[in-house]
Amino acid sequence: MDTLAAHRLQFAFTITYHYLFPQLTMGLACLIFLLKTRAHFFQDDASGRAARFCLRIFGLSFVMGVVTGIPMEFQFGTNWARFSAMSGGIIGQTLAMEGMFAFFLESSFLYLLLYAEDRIGPRLHWLMSLLLFVGTWLSGFFIVCTNAWMQHPVGYRVAPDGTLELTSIGALLTNPWAFVEYAHTMNGALITGCFTMSALGAFYVLRGRASEAAERMLKVGVIVGVLAAISAAAPTGDLQARLVAKYQPVGFAAMEGHFHTEDGAGLTLVGQPNMDSQTLDNPLVVPNVLSLLTFQRWNARVLGLNEFPRSEWPDNIPLLYYAYHIMAGLGTIFIALMGSAALLLWRGKLASCRPVLWALLLAVPLPFIANTAGWMTAELGRQPWIIHGVLRTSAGSSAHVSGGNVLFTLLGFMGLYSLLSLLFVLLVARIIAAGPSDAPSAHASEH
Amino acid sequence: METVWFLLLTGALGAYVVLDGFDLGVGMLSVLVAKTDAEKRQLYRSVGPVWDGNEVWLLASGGTMFLAFPKLLATGLSGFYLPIMLVLWLLLLRALSIELRHQLHDSMWTALWDALFFASSLLLVVVFGAALGNVLRGVSYGPDGHFFAPLWTTFLPIAPVGALDWFTVTIALESVVVLALHSALWLEWRTDEQVERRAAALADRLFWLALVGAGVATALSLYVQPRLLAGLAQRPWVFACVLPVGALLLVPILRKRGRKGAAFVASALHIGGLLLAAALSLYPWMLPGTEAGSGLTVQTAKAADYSLMVGLCWWLPALGLVLFCQRYVYRQLPAKFSLEDDVAH
Repeated sequence: MDTLAAHRLQFAFTITYHYLFPQLTMGLACLIFLLKTRAHFFQDDASGRAARFCLRIFGLSFVMGVVTGIPMEFQFGTNWARFSAMSGGIIGQTLAMEGMFAFFLESSFLYLLLYAEDRIGPRLHWLMSLLLFVGTWLSGFFIVCTNAWMQHPVGYRVAPDGTLELTSIGALLTNPWAFVEYAHTMNGALITGCFTMSALGAFYVLRGRASEAAERMLKVGVIVGVLAAISAAAPTGDLQARLVAKYQPVGFAAMEGHFHTEDGAGLTLVGQPNMDSQTLDNPLVVPNVLSLLTFQRWNARVLGLNEFPRSEWPDNIPLLYYAYHIMAGLGTIFIALMGSAALLLWRGKLASCRPVLWALLLAVPLPFIANTAGWMTAELGRQPWIIHGVLRTSAGSSAHVSGGNVLFTLLGFMGLYSLLSLLFVLLVARIIAAGPSDAPSAHASEH
Repeated sequence: METVWFLLLTGALGAYVVLDGFDLGVGMLSVLVAKTDAEKRQLYRSVGPVWDGNEVWLLASGGTMFLAFPKLLATGLSGFYLPIMLVLWLLLLRALSIELRHQLHDSMWTALWDALFFASSLLLVVVFGAALGNVLRGVSYGPDGHFFAPLWTTFLPIAPVGALDWFTVTIALESVVVLALHSALWLEWRTDEQVERRAAALADRLFWLALVGAGVATALSLYVQPRLLAGLAQRPWVFACVLPVGALLLVPILRKRGRKGAAFVASALHIGGLLLAAALSLYPWMLPGTEAGSGLTVQTAKAADYSLMVGLCWWLPALGLVLFCQRYVYRQLPAKFSLEDDVAH
């Protein structure tokens, strides 16, 4: 394997695996805060029990996120030394902010939230759930801000020695790309949290172990879930797509599978990119819709890949195309599923509608796939650049780390993460088997 | 400005060594001080609420280095590729052992995690100690200002050297002793019953080892890295840092008077003093080269001035927030993690 491919594969593997957990914990952190708020301010003990149960799953997932997250920060230096040396003065800001603001907040209060509810009392426990919610979402912001700068670099200049210098921290933190990307990313995380929580609720109802706590989980998951599923498409997804079309037109053409410039371009629903003939095989296209969605005009011109030199094309167009279409397709399914569930919930029939409960339960893997596919779209679409338009990925890796060494550590990560998967499945299955407590707890007297 | 960041980075790394040092040390001592399962749980409880926060100082140090000295981060981490990866894997296994051990009540399950907790803690201290040794001795830069350190070559005192050689391994052993003492003092202070007694007995013996070790490590460092002496000659006031190093001598006195908390703080001062003295005598070098005059200095490794300035504007307030959070967590800890009070997990 060539050295650059090994570097890229290791980062792709470790970040993809890592992000399975933060998307869940960031989503759950928000939902747990909602449950805690209901429990504390509306004296609803069932919500408190649901929150306590979800915190156990949250705690385990958080550990997985922490142990797989630590390698991410260090891989900038170990595997991408030339990129780090060039841009550290800029992205070092946001990465250090994550450490100083978010990690300390999370690490300080997670233990108290998980293990000290009796000791610190309900008011402080609610506050801890808020701080953890803020901590995890801040963490997300700093990471997205870092990525947004790589997608759309702002507030910098090139120094005489070729490194990049920050010229405006304000521009870095208010990068328009960062806001849209953050909204869409957190939206995705919220969807994962909602699907997970409503699936757990649905599982207990289907299993004949319906309890007030399980119903709360189902209800919160579905209500927030339908809102999140809709806003993932519009406004956040729509805004994100328009930014890509504006600033990364070649990536946009590639992810749409749009080989040739067209006036009034159609939206491809299905089709397989054929790189030899530069066409889509077996296309199903809705005429003019791509132009309409992107530029709000029926006959607007959408640039195709043919407008750009080959050296600027993303290096894996079919994968990029599939990633984007998988994300968008799943997003559509999410709206349909959560929409039906919300309708049934409103009519008071959700708990007795077994097919929809089954669908909610089986849909659990889908948001994880959609989030992963979304990030693959962002990262593959940025290629061949590591900093879009500034530094090519091939010029960013560590020059002195050989391919053999990278392959060694990549295999090591794969082995360790397989072990992690087994442990996670084993332990999470035990938590789910135990389920939320049915009886009003001793904590109720404190309210 | 870069000097300020040099001090902040030294401080953050120092906080990491002092704080995570004692929970790493608890892992190293776990096979010696805890025999029964209840005693083992007592050990885990004494680090459970704080280890993650302590370890964040490592991430914060990494972020700070990225921000202020990007070339040092890039050159250093890619040059020490294999040792760093080893550290990452060990950190992963160690975090799992602390967080997963209590999830199943099964003797084989807990035995597995106990063994991993011990082994990963010990190996981490060895690797971190060796890392300090490498920074002190310097690395062999190539013509383009980068390097790649093999894990080991030969342990003989001749070039070419690897990340592990006779000098760095000596520093690693000294680190093991110092942090073992540090955590023995923590356990003597914050636990009771057998664990406290065994930790106290260990501390008695480790004190003498640490005293000898500090002398040997200092002498060897001055021998392999002449720039340390040169730095000291230029900045004699660095000798003021010898004062906290001397806090080690207070440890037995304070313990005899029953002031266990103060003895732990004295050990923390000793460790912080050693690191500060090393950093200040090395200054302005951050990662010296083995060739005369080569290496990265604060000036050659630093980011642009604007980055350093705006970084300072938010870093210092953030530090206040961090200290507030950590103080709160530490104040929540019980005065003693009692053997009988076995409910937290």
